[in-house]
Amino acid sequence: MNRPFQTSRRRFLIGAAAGGGLIVGYQLLGRPAGAETFLDMTVAGEAPLNAWVRIAADGTVTVAVPRAEMGQGVYTGLAMLVAEELEADWASVRVEQAPIDGVYGNIEILVDGLPFLPEDDGMVAGSVRWMTRKVAGMLGLQATGGSTTLRDGWEGMRHAGAAAREMLISAGAGKLGVGRGECRAEKGRVVHPASGRSVGYGEVAEAARRVELSEEPRLKTPEQWTLIGTSPARVDIPAKVDGSAEFGIDIRRPDMLHAAIATSPVFGGTLKSYDATKAKAMSGVVKVVEAAGGVAVIADNTWRARQALDAVAIEWDSGENGTVTSESIFARFARDHDEGDIDTHRDDGDVEEALAGAATVVEAEYRVPYLAHACMEPMNCTALVDDHRAEIWTGNQAPPLMRMAAAEAADLDGDDVTVHTPFLGGGFGRRSETDLAFQATAIARQVPGRPVKLTWSREDDMRHDMYRPAALSRFRIGLDAAGAPVAWSNRIVSQSVVANFMGRLMPGAPMLLKDKTTAEGAFDRPYEFANQRVEHVVSETHVPVGFWRSVGHSLNAFCVESAMDEAAHAAKADPVAFRLALLKNHPRAARVLQTAADAAGWGTPLPAGRGRGVALHRSFGSTVAEIAEVTVRGDGTLKVDRVVCAVDCGRAVQPDGVVAQMESGIVYGMTAAFYGAIDIVDGAVAQGNFPDYEMLRLADMPVVETHIVESGEPLGGVGEPGTPPIAAALANAIFAATGNRIRTLPLQKAGFAPAGVA
Amino acid sequence: MIRITVNGKPHELDVEPEMPLLWALRDELGLTGTKFGCGVAYCGACTVHVDGTPTRSCVTGVGDVDGAAITTIEGIAGRDGDGAPLLHRVQAAWIEAQVPQCGYCQSGMIMAAVALLDSNPNPSDAEIDEAIDNVCRCGTYQRIRKAIHLAAG
Ligand code: FES
Ligand code: FES
Repeated sequence: MNRPFQTSRRRFLIGAAAGGGLIVGYQLLGRPAGAETFLDMTVAGEAPLNAWVRIAADGTVTVAVPRAEMGQGVYTGLAMLVAEELEADWASVRVEQAPIDGVYGNIEILVDGLPFLPEDDGMVAGSVRWMTRKVAGMLGLQATGGSTTLRDGWEGMRHAGAAAREMLISAGAGKLGVGRGECRAEKGRVVHPASGRSVGYGEVAEAARRVELSEEPRLKTPEQWTLIGTSPARVDIPAKVDGSAEFGIDIRRPDMLHAAIATSPVFGGTLKSYDATKAKAMSGVVKVVEAAGGVAVIADNTWRARQALDAVAIEWDSGENGTVTSESIFARFARDHDEGDIDTHRDDGDVEEALAGAATVVEAEYRVPYLAHACMEPMNCTALVDDHRAEIWTGNQAPPLMRMAAAEAADLDGDDVTVHTPFLGGGFGRRSETDLAFQATAIARQVPGRPVKLTWSREDDMRHDMYRPAALSRFRIGLDAAGAPVAWSNRIVSQSVVANFMGRLMPGAPMLLKDKTTAEGAFDRPYEFANQRVEHVVSETHVPVGFWRSVGHSLNAFCVESAMDEAAHAAKADPVAFRLALLKNHPRAARVLQTAADAAGWGTPLPAGRGRGVALHRSFGSTVAEIAEVTVRGDGTLKVDRVVCAVDCGRAVQPDGVVAQMESGIVYGMTAAFYGAIDIVDGAVAQGNFPDYEMLRLADMPVVETHIVESGEPLGGVGEPGTPPIAAALANAIFAATGNRIRTLPLQKAGFAPAGVA
Repeated sequence: MIRITVNGKPHELDVEPEMPLLWALRDELGLTGTKFGCGVAYCGACTVHVDGTPTRSCVTGVGDVDGAAITTIEGIAGRDGDGAPLLHRVQAAWIEAQVPQCGYCQSGMIMAAVALLDSNPNPSDAEIDEAIDNVCRCGTYQRIRKAIHLAAG
């Protein structure tokens, strides 16, 4: 699949820049650009007040949410931010997926990707962050990921609500015939306390559209909040208990056809030949086509398309990668560890001198495998193409990128492509990739005028993912005679997620900055060492890698927090006390760790065969400590008795949502820690379906107890930060219970896995 | 011609008997509440009731359920006097415990839970573990357990 991307890329940049900046969207009247598409979606009788808020005559408030709902509760969280400032009646608030527009761009996602320490407020970091915000605003990259949704929406969505509120108050005061200053907004009404009269938002919304705001509306203070910090029921849940929630895979269009596609099992392989004689004669088959480097069957039913595809005899040319294995990849990582180009992400003090003078040096090598996302909803996309335009329906994390890919596959301008984003049956980073949009559009193009739904099998999903990178990570940690840590040296070898992702989007585009994701969670830990160095060596393989829930943190947290535990034991120190001693200047992290330790009863004795393990990790603006308690039986089967989690995400906009995300992140991380491994054999993925890539189930689910530590600091993310610490907490608990130090994941390969149903 | 009753409504299907019930429901009858997750009877996203028994529809040929009464997620709510849907107590418990995240596994989870409570009105934790082996990739297990106890209560 060779994509000529130059022209589309230019179109994308120009198109997005024309979308305008953020402030434009707060008021539509009298301003030329921004959010025209939102206006298009307005139905009769509704008044759009800005790019995020419309109010109907009956007072129903519709909030446009420009991020994807993939389970993290953003429809609710973002709507709460608007409703809080709007003084809306929560019961009258509805949520709608926003269309593509520059005004909805995600700025934090790019800023967060910069290779600076969170504490780094220096000139360079500051100005690069500022420039990135500017560029992000112009690009209008509407993306969901990096646990940024509420952080990015925090200012903008509240301002949108506040601006609408001020416009409504003006219009309401006019209608009541009183001064604007005598009125206030309350529960969806403009109220005039002196006379006790009031008027509903719906009655003045049309007039409010014509109000020009003369000054920036003021935001409420935290003491004035009535919604933020509470946990109203999630708006997306009712549709998810009666089967009516529409996911991408559920899209139904008039005259729709179904497709299945086969592509080279070895990444980068090409189609040599195929014989579709038998398939073409099968029931329901409409067409067998070549598309996106593979072979696709178009039929009248998902199952018939799959049956017929299985009957196509295909020969692939595996190219030069047909003999690559996981072993050969790790052998290359080991070689590149010593011989590759080093990116230094942190270098404080003099590590070599400190190590030379240390009384003890702990040396350890950790290895983690590739991981698949395995979203519950297999990947799919529905596309309709005719001569002049294309339309796609796909659960996705980046509509502008989907539009780019579909435009390219259909040879159209981006402006002629409409992207619909229904619910996502899981995303975890996988649904920011454009492969499905490209494939489905390339297939649909061959039956013009008819919608085609491309549905991948679970095996396709497992074997054609963009994986969490495999990695090798070596440590040398120096302790002085008293056991105090004096030096920390860590060198990681893996592929670069950002280089892979960008390479797929814009082949040939140069990497301007080193990829932070490779070393995140390793160089930006809160722990302080006088001498520390963290390095990364990029070692590419033919296996495509991508963003996987918490990205580099997912692997670095396991390696770093396990090595930290090794150092504590070498120092004969308590693992919690050892860490706290390194956090003297980081009270936030120390408090989180202490909260978890207290709640878990850290230090109280446990019977033989049981153990507790701790891990602390900072990611996406939040700090999370997790303590796992396990019981290991003689045969290695184990039970995770409980997990205590403490999280500081600044403040919790919707506390129950924070708790749900911690539980979710922990299960995702536990599944990976115990079972997760994608093995490469003969250049291809060995695993195919869940029986080869096991999932944690209810019977193995520990009690998870989450404690929110409110610090009032800037908002942190919650969708990902629960995942990184759990693997190390489990491995450290197994060590405490058995004395076995496990340095290679998954734990099952070392003989430790949950017992399942007794 | 294969005859099945789905949520009380009779249907005639002119399809291959080996077509999985899952795809007959989704693509032929347009009932998309029942989900595809693996196709190999592992995940339970496709769980429906066949004559009251929880069944993985992805590995059940329609020919094998000829004449049977099928219930899907769309068919478990009752009706009030005006014909408006009345949530099944399991659905209500799911909302109360705020169970779903992405929601994709939840149709199958709810169908498995309804079948469990039909046969065992007050299951213990061990019985829940035994009966509900569906996969939830979003990790809503703790809330599922809570919701089943709520519905049993
Ligand atoms: S789809 Fe039937 S069990 Fe997974
Ligand atoms: S809620 Fe997402 S898979 Fe269960």
